[in-house]
Amino acid sequence: MTVTELAAALSLTPVALPDGERVINGAYMGDLLSWVMGRARADNAWITIMTNMNVIAVASLSDVACVLLAEDVMPDQAVIDTANARDINLLRSPLSSYDLAVALSDALRKASL
Amino acid sequence: MSDNALRFHFDVDGENFTSAGQASVKIKKSLRELGVDAETIRRVSIAMYEGEINMVIHANGGDADVIVDERGIEIILSDHGPGIANIDQAMQEGFSTAPDNVRSLGFGAGMGLPNMKRYTDDMTIESVVGEGTTIRMRVNF
Ligand SMILES: Nc1ncnc2c1ncn2[C@@H]1O[C@H](COP(=O)(O)OP(=O)(O)OP(=O)(O)O)[C@@H](O)[C@H]1O
Ligand SMILES: [Mg+2]
Repeated sequence: MTVTELAAALSLTPVALPDGERVINGAYMGDLLSWVMGRARADNAWITIMTNMNVIAVASLSDVACVLLAEDVMPDQAVIDTANARDINLLRSPLSSYDLAVALSDALRKASL
Repeated sequence: MSDNALRFHFDVDGENFTSAGQASVKIKKSLRELGVDAETIRRVSIAMYEGEINMVIHANGGDADVIVDERGIEIILSDHGPGIANIDQAMQEGFSTAPDNVRSLGFGAGMGLPNMKRYTDDMTIESVVGEGTTIRMRVNF
């Protein structure tokens, strides 16, 4: 399932969507950056409530397909601009991290049927 | 080390957390241009970012050197920070002396050095308290 398809399925609001055709292969949820770098896989969706600039670097180096911002947290404009410049997809949702993970799991399962 | 090795050098600024990671991002781009495979790039750039962030948070900056030859990639990070008194303890998952202001950014899980070890084929730490720390890492092709 692509990031754009996920956005439609879960009514996510795109914050930066420079590469919507990227395919998501699973997910990792966490707010501690070194855990994310150690455990997330390439092409995962990363669910977090962190919005600072380091999130963009971690997303880029970990090669995740997108960052899903839970609880409707909103990054600064400078972070959004950097996401666009570095080809990082950022989308937000009012759901909690847990509810977002559950919805994502359902969407990925349906897409693979 | 062969003559046609490629060398990169970066000064890592100790003042700025938000721009921290620039050397790693540049290396990622350069390795991609060299046609290095995605998994190797991911390992090198995460290991280097963890080391770069550590120099910013714990050592007020330092130097990063990257050498690429036909066998692999070597990363050398050296700083003149406080040094690491107990390297075995620092290498344990969960050990951290990160201050609150960087914890609020998502750092301080005590997972950086373990990640560097995990993502590289070889890693050595030399550190002298009061003088500084040098970390060498190697990722083989
Ligand atoms: N370059 C360095 N100079 C001095 N001390 C260091 C350096 N790098 C690491 N340390 C020490 O080793 C500890 C563990 O480092 P590690 O990278 O594993 O965790 P962290 O930086 O505290 O948190 P995280 O990397 O998960 O954000 C640090 O908290 C610090 O005490
Ligand atoms: Mg660290």
